Amino acid sequence: MNILNLLLMMWTFFKIGLFTIGGGYAMIPMIEEQAIAHGWITELELLDFLAVSESTPGPFAVNIATFIGFSQEGIIGAIFTTIAVITPSFIIILLIAKFLTSFADNKTVQGILSGIKPIVVGLLIGVVLNLIFKGITTDSFDINNFSLQQIDFRVIIIIVIILTISRIFKKINPIFLILISGALGYLFYGLLGFMF
Amino acid sequence: MKKILNLFYTFLKIGAFTFGGGLAMLPLIHRELVENKKWISDKDMLEMIAVAESTPGVIAVNSATYVGYVIAGFWGALFSTLGVILPSLIIIITISFFYDKFLAIKTVEYIFNGIRAGVVVLILNGVLRLFKVSPKNIFSYVLIVLALILSLLLGLGTIYIIIIGAFLGMLYSTYTLSEVEYYEYS
Repeated sequence: MNILNLLLMMWTFFKIGLFTIGGGYAMIPMIEEQAIAHGWITELELLDFLAVSESTPGPFAVNIATFIGFSQEGIIGAIFTTIAVITPSFIIILLIAKFLTSFADNKTVQGILSGIKPIVVGLLIGVVLNLIFKGITTDSFDINNFSLQQIDFRVIIIIVIILTISRIFKKINPIFLILISGALGYLFYGLLGFMF
Repeated sequence: MKKILNLFYTFLKIGAFTFGGGLAMLPLIHRELVENKKWISDKDMLEMIAVAESTPGVIAVNSATYVGYVIAGFWGALFSTLGVILPSLIIIITISFFYDKFLAIKTVEYIFNGIRAGVVVLILNGVLRLFKVSPKNIFSYVLIVLALILSLLLGLGTIYIIIIGAFLGMLYSTYTLSEVEYYEYS
């Protein structure tokens, strides 16, 4: 086991836990940036894992910390990265519960949140654009030597279908969306794979 | 002591049966702690949601820590938090053991090609949900565009962009506040 790598992971997830406000998906931009930069996970693996996390109980942030910790340093890694990601909020909540009443009504807190919320929306839009671009372009993509062969139209088709379904059935459970997109994946890449 | 173990068990259940995390667990917390056990009031619950949403970290974990502390002090907070994360810890470690072999199957690879595209839509829907709870004014829209420019075009680190957002939000709120006061007194 590599102690240095474990400490680096713990430090990284501590930062992720400290700078994610709004929970869940708000954490994706930071995970995308930090975990991919350290080579712990690729963009494709992150998408795969998001599907796994949506289909299993528990918060995404805890799940991804456990997953990356395990993939790098086994069970010890899983436990310690998970503890690292929740430590900042654990301390902050304890302090608030002990010393601050009506924390959330505080004008400064409100001001800070009114700045962070739209920033996170902007960051996530960036992530989505990046993921769509990576998804629809093949590895041979070259902006200077562009041809339609470098575009994977199946990804666009599946995105449009799933987006349509999720807009029509607003209350649909994300697990169903994942199941449908999996079936579409099997259809377009397996059964009809010869056409593309 | 009994109360602490009870908290641990309650949050263990909540952690094991909440899919989609965060806000999905609030109805469960309400039923267990407000209706069944009557350990906290509706008002405590609202305060908890406000605190959990406005502090860093995972909403589910924040809620557990806060409620645990209100009911049984530090140890209540610790055991509620451990309880809520333990199920996902065990489940994800179990999945991780089979994960690589599972993905190596050709059929699974086809299926996951589709799932990746579907997950992009899930994230997109997540963005829309966040957009709905963000303030609706010019300042807010400017920040969205600013975050896009800073991250995609200039490649600035996410932490710095968030800090810039927090700082601008604080400045903006004091500015608009003093403007209101100015009008009140003039």
